[in-house]
Amino acid sequence: MLKRFRYQIAIFLSVIGPGLITANVDNDSGGIFTYSQAGAKYGYLPLWTLIPITLLLIVTQEMSSRMGAVTGKGLSDLIREEFGLRTTFFLMIALVLTNYLNVIAEFAGIASSLELFHISRYISVPICAAAVWLLVVRGNYRSVEKIFLVACTLYVTYIISAFLLKPDWKEAAIYSVKPILMFDTDYITMLIAMVGTSIAPWMQFYLQSAIVEKGITAKEYVQSRIEVVVGCILTDVVAFFIIVSCATAIWAHGPRDINDAADAAVALKPFGQYAYLLFSAGLFNASFFAACILPISTAFTVCEGLGFESGVDKRFNEAPEFYWLYTLLIALGAGVILWPNFPLVKTILASQVLNGVLLPFVLIYMVLLINKKGLMKEWTNSGAYNAVAWVSVAIMIGLTLALVSITVKQIMQASAAPIERSAPFAKMQSYDPSRQALKADIHESRIAHLIRQTLRIGKFAD
Amino acid sequence: MADEFLFLTELLGLKVYDLKGRRLGLVKDAALVPLIDPSRVDRFLVGGGWAWLSIRHDQIRSISLDGIYLKDEQLTPYHSDEYMLRLVRDLLDQQIIDGQGRKVVRVTDVTFTIRHEEEGDVLSIIDIDIGLRSMWRRLAQGVVPPRWIRRTQSIIPPHSIPWEQCSILEADPQRRLRLNISNKILEEMHPADLADIVEDLSPDDREAIFETIDSEVAAETLSEIEPDVQASILESLETEKAADIVEEMSPHEAADVLAELEEQTSEDILEEMEGEPKAEVEELLEYHEHSAGGLMNTEFVALPEDTTVAGAMDALRAHEEILENLNTLFLVDSNDQLTASIPLARLFTTAGATPLRELAADPLLHVDVEERQDRITELFDKYNLLTLPVIDAEGKLAGVITADEVISLLREK
Repeated sequence: MLKRFRYQIAIFLSVIGPGLITANVDNDSGGIFTYSQAGAKYGYLPLWTLIPITLLLIVTQEMSSRMGAVTGKGLSDLIREEFGLRTTFFLMIALVLTNYLNVIAEFAGIASSLELFHISRYISVPICAAAVWLLVVRGNYRSVEKIFLVACTLYVTYIISAFLLKPDWKEAAIYSVKPILMFDTDYITMLIAMVGTSIAPWMQFYLQSAIVEKGITAKEYVQSRIEVVVGCILTDVVAFFIIVSCATAIWAHGPRDINDAADAAVALKPFGQYAYLLFSAGLFNASFFAACILPISTAFTVCEGLGFESGVDKRFNEAPEFYWLYTLLIALGAGVILWPNFPLVKTILASQVLNGVLLPFVLIYMVLLINKKGLMKEWTNSGAYNAVAWVSVAIMIGLTLALVSITVKQIMQASAAPIERSAPFAKMQSYDPSRQALKADIHESRIAHLIRQTLRIGKFAD
Repeated sequence: MADEFLFLTELLGLKVYDLKGRRLGLVKDAALVPLIDPSRVDRFLVGGGWAWLSIRHDQIRSISLDGIYLKDEQLTPYHSDEYMLRLVRDLLDQQIIDGQGRKVVRVTDVTFTIRHEEEGDVLSIIDIDIGLRSMWRRLAQGVVPPRWIRRTQSIIPPHSIPWEQCSILEADPQRRLRLNISNKILEEMHPADLADIVEDLSPDDREAIFETIDSEVAAETLSEIEPDVQASILESLETEKAADIVEEMSPHEAADVLAELEEQTSEDILEEMEGEPKAEVEELLEYHEHSAGGLMNTEFVALPEDTTVAGAMDALRAHEEILENLNTLFLVDSNDQLTASIPLARLFTTAGATPLRELAADPLLHVDVEERQDRITELFDKYNLLTLPVIDAEGKLAGVITADEVISLLREK
């Protein structure tokens, strides 16, 4: 009996490949908080985005994996070879910045999940950062990867919770197919963040490299494609239930923002006293899992694109750029969290917005590459594929421009109002009067402050 | 003063002037024709009006940062040519193999020397530039004046590879010939280094290398590569070439590789193989991968029981090719039954007439072909073995397991 069970587990694990891993890392701390925020603030309203997001997710991930299988090269390699150093360089700078915020988000996820149990972030974050660094560099990451994957079944709690909460299924069904667009900063920011968290730019680089590393060739690619599609659908099924749970448990009692992990954990309240435990375990696993993958994947992507030596099998002096980048991403990513009163959840949400802003640029290069006959031979895109991709690029750029224009307009209006206070303290207070309630935030980091000011993430706190 | 060197980043965008000093256009690319000269720039491709012009090296009077001056009016339009290695299209930003550092690198820039000869200036590649200095040149190219770039770059340490140490990657075997790409650099490397390089390449490039290098080098390299990559390489090759390579491998390594392949491919390759190695490989393939039979190799020296030390020395002289990894001799009786194992080193301190039997290691350790891996590693550990004989069901010596096989096994875990 036990033997048979073991055998089945072995079969299950052997089919898990890059597609499913990517899908699970997709719902990292950024994903959980963004979907929770969407549900808590707008109820069932944002559900309609999930169908187009799933479609776009399938299209992009399928493209990444196809490119990996056919060319046997990573995405940054291809961009470098086909578009030259300068393009690659600036794209990599943007990617490092975005991914840096994402790394912060993962450590913020770790910190906030453990703070539910009153474990101070000054203990949890340094320990986890060191653990991540060692796990990956010492090469024992592969052996724990399966554990993370199995722990991802914790997402099932959202599905159970959604049913126990007895949501208004009729309304949820209607809003799943009924697009609602509002020209409102918060709402547009939310939309960009939702796309950005589901289809994170770094994931395209990661997936393609993973396919290459696994040695999947064009011939064997058909099986991988199925896995990729299943993974994408799974990702968004989880997203759907997170939103529904939050809509029912939080929004139905009055729309509000998610300010910390305790707020988000309310979505699992049917589990009573275990809600915190389940939420915390799920969030911790997701954050730690992604924290293992994200910095190393960024270091690989950048070093491959720019032509530096890379790989954990190299010694430090053989691949200094690689190790520096990797180490700095983790050290600075975790270090920022330790800043007094660092706003965890807001940073997590901001990182996902930045993902959404970078995404169209990565997509443009992907579509250009995958249509090159010399590169892809008979595996180039079909017309319908290109149409979906280009339309998505247009929509994402449109949304970004809308966000920028609204933000600029608001800043203009704000600066038109006579504000004559020179002390930086006063200035920070003046930019958003609603911050009275968040006095403790005054000490927050300058970076987060700037990001919020430009993206108006602060408006989430309304 | 005339410049002594030039970078590709500077060459691109240089103005080209004709005999009367009129501007013809800007340099867009440059090409070598390696069949004629492996490092001299043979053509300059100049974009001006409608199409690109092709300027031969012997039509040039001078080259400097101020521009290229011609001495001939007869310019021809550019036509793509399979014999040309175009530096921007085929080399810049592409991966090449650095034979000196034994790794795959990406080309960021190219350094030329300018030789001032009687008939005109000649441009030749001397270095392939990688690293930060060349990266700064690329980023500043066209934005900062070239002389400023030269001045500012000196604070960054250079990182270059001599052109003759570079091996270009080209996946098309036909074009490899036309571009005169030699495999000498690769064939002279240690197979383990070449294996590391190959693992870093894309499948097409791997295939191209294995398709063209010497079968013996290919075999040695292949046995150093990770199993799943081994399989994908062999599957991508023509069956005939694959069989040639597998024949060159030692039988137990060949069997290991073939076991990784899809059954059909592995049968096709076996079909193409010839003679003795084929029979041995087929026999080894019968054993389970994780048993003693799967681990053993069939390269051992078995001598009759009554052999003397002098006789053994004579036998070894006749088989010098196996000496490198040999550390144990075996004695078998008339029915091929294993009777003793003799540590090789003892031969050197013993008189020639002594029978080998007297030097036998005690106890005589051996395992059955069906023996499990963990039991074998345990024996190696317990008795500090270098070699362990394996016997088949009839008690005949079937092969030996060596310590390096056990080390690989333990590293896999």
